[in-house]
Amino acid sequence: MVFPLQVTGAETRRRGKVLVGPVSLHLAGVGATVVIGPNGSGKTSLLGLLHGTARLHAGTIAWQLPMDQARAVQSFVFQRPVMLRRSVVDNIAYPLLIRGLPKAKAMAQALDWAKRVGLGDMPYRAAPSLSGGEQQKLALARAFITAPQVVFLDEPCASLDGRATAEIEAILQDQKAQGTRLVMSTHDMGQARRLADEIVFLRGGQVHETGPAAQFFDAPQTDAARAFLNGDIVE
Amino acid sequence: MKRFLFVATLLWATAAQAQDSMRMAVTTSFHNSGLADVLLPEIQADLGLEVQLLIVGTGQALRLGEAGDVDAILVHSRAAEEAFVANGYGTHRREIMYNDFVIVGPSNDPAAISDAADANDSLQGIADAKVPFVSRGDDSGTHKKELSLWIDAGLDPTGFGDWYRAVGAGMGAALNTASGLNAYILSDRASWLNFSNKGDLALLFSGDPVLFNQYAYLPVNPALHDHVKSDLASRLEDWLTSERAADLINGYTIDRETLFIFNAKTD
Amino acid sequence: MVDLWDGLTQAFWLVLTGDPELAEIALRSLYVTLTALAIACVIAFPLAAFLAVRRFRFRRLIIAILNALMGLPPVVVGLIVYVLLSRSGPLGVLGLLFTPTAMIIAQVIIIVPLIASIAHQSLRDLWQEYHDLLISMNVSQRQKMRTLIWDARRALLTAALAGFGRGIGEVGAIMIVGGNIDNVTRVLTTAIALETGKGAFALALALGFVLIALTIAINLTIHWLGQTEREGRW
Repeated sequence: MVFPLQVTGAETRRRGKVLVGPVSLHLAGVGATVVIGPNGSGKTSLLGLLHGTARLHAGTIAWQLPMDQARAVQSFVFQRPVMLRRSVVDNIAYPLLIRGLPKAKAMAQALDWAKRVGLGDMPYRAAPSLSGGEQQKLALARAFITAPQVVFLDEPCASLDGRATAEIEAILQDQKAQGTRLVMSTHDMGQARRLADEIVFLRGGQVHETGPAAQFFDAPQTDAARAFLNGDIVE
Repeated sequence: MKRFLFVATLLWATAAQAQDSMRMAVTTSFHNSGLADVLLPEIQADLGLEVQLLIVGTGQALRLGEAGDVDAILVHSRAAEEAFVANGYGTHRREIMYNDFVIVGPSNDPAAISDAADANDSLQGIADAKVPFVSRGDDSGTHKKELSLWIDAGLDPTGFGDWYRAVGAGMGAALNTASGLNAYILSDRASWLNFSNKGDLALLFSGDPVLFNQYAYLPVNPALHDHVKSDLASRLEDWLTSERAADLINGYTIDRETLFIFNAKTD
Repeated sequence: MVDLWDGLTQAFWLVLTGDPELAEIALRSLYVTLTALAIACVIAFPLAAFLAVRRFRFRRLIIAILNALMGLPPVVVGLIVYVLLSRSGPLGVLGLLFTPTAMIIAQVIIIVPLIASIAHQSLRDLWQEYHDLLISMNVSQRQKMRTLIWDARRALLTAALAGFGRGIGEVGAIMIVGGNIDNVTRVLTTAIALETGKGAFALALALGFVLIALTIAINLTIHWLGQTEREGRW
């Protein structure tokens, strides 16, 4: 098990400007952590830091495994899904093939996952020709097919309509129920309430408030969090 | 794909199975005469020897011989040939045959060379009239011959004006240029007769013995390059100097004109 | 104009009567260029992929050199290969000069930079698209290169066709290293040069038209093969 995660004073910068940090966090092994905060507060950078794809300029990020091994039991879902120029099943099977699984086995699992995310009727369509919602469902299938311990999701429903959002949330709820640890960012407070067990509220690149979801939404501890939940503009 | 592989293997096989084959560098003028097309099949039939021709200028032919990239050369530039043998690149020089050079030019002959007394006279006429003249300019045997003719006529080609065009090309390409410019040019008779793009050009002057063009056969020295097929080269030399070759060479005509005179001396 | 017409009719008859000599030099042209193309692709595609995914010190320099070499004059390549393969050159013992193999070597050198440059451009664009995903998946360098090459295969096909076009129409290098020997190294382009030298323009043009027709046929075939993977499906 890769959890628990201990983050101490972690910081990443770009061209000398601090994107996020210093951040200290402790993440335990179950449920869904939802990262919220105003635009530019560092949500994407924080997920990248935890996943190990953003450069760590200061501090430590301590999984129970070394970073590259930790990443092997994680998946990352981007706000704008990256579609390989291949068919739907070929996309979903890709991470298995990379791990050296025999082609037939990988394809069978990929077909199964295509059905689970509602793409079962278009397994051989070219992935780049799918709609935005379909692409994101494909990305979820591709993220979950390796049975990861943690899945990071960076505003996965940012540009999707209500129906696609509902379908994706259903998949996420299902995976969460099966024990996959979710760490996602969103700007949709409704989505945060529906999915979160734990909230990390970022402001100006720092963790401003963190706590169990119910407590955060019912009784936020800080003025900024209160204002943010009220829909006021928070810098 | 299968088909392609089949053809590829076939090509490989034909290239590889040519056991008795040798390479000979010849001048473009020799090849353009068409005599090679008569001689090579006969050589193949008589000796079972495939002679692969590299058609280049005399300068390049000599270089190929020096480097050992061919087994023999057949060229026509006496001074260069003698130097080639003197420097040890060739074993010896064997004269085979000669043909002659002709001066070709616009059919209305603005330099009036058709009634010139000799080659000197006709070149003088061209230089005086400053009419366009195309020179091979490629250091070939024909080019060297042309330069020596100018010098014999007491003229210096380096001082000529822009009526003198050195094209730096083979005989055929130079004839094409002359045809396009309607210019005078020195050509070997065979290339001229075989040339199909004559346009307004006509043969204006020939017959001066100074225009005779001696071809010689030079086997490459196996002492310098041990891969050289000197046995095949000497078999070819024997054939080229035989009665049989004499009949074929003397009997070769274009438009009922004899092109080559066999003059090899048998020992 | 008369020559053009003569050339066309002569080309027509040569093809119609299945002239064996024409068939031989046309097949040799294809053999030399297609072999060179296959070898060049095996070199150029991984090289292009490597340059796309790896960041190293001389990367920009190598790309700039490749781009410059795209315009490499074939005559120069021919001369260099000639000097190397000549009996008195460093590789003379191989006895490769004036063989189809020498022509293939020269053509590989000519078309590798062209294919690699074109391929690199499309692979670099695709890498930008794929970068975040493949990094997140911890994909190895080798797998990255394979993924890029496979997913960009249509663009790479175009690069290969450009290489084929440059190879099949090339005369300067193969004339020097092949020697245009009848039945051994004569191909369409060197035969055209030879016939032009004889002033036989109609025959030269006829061969030229055959060359053009061959090039178009190969291009259409390859495009058609590419199209068999239907749009919207892979």
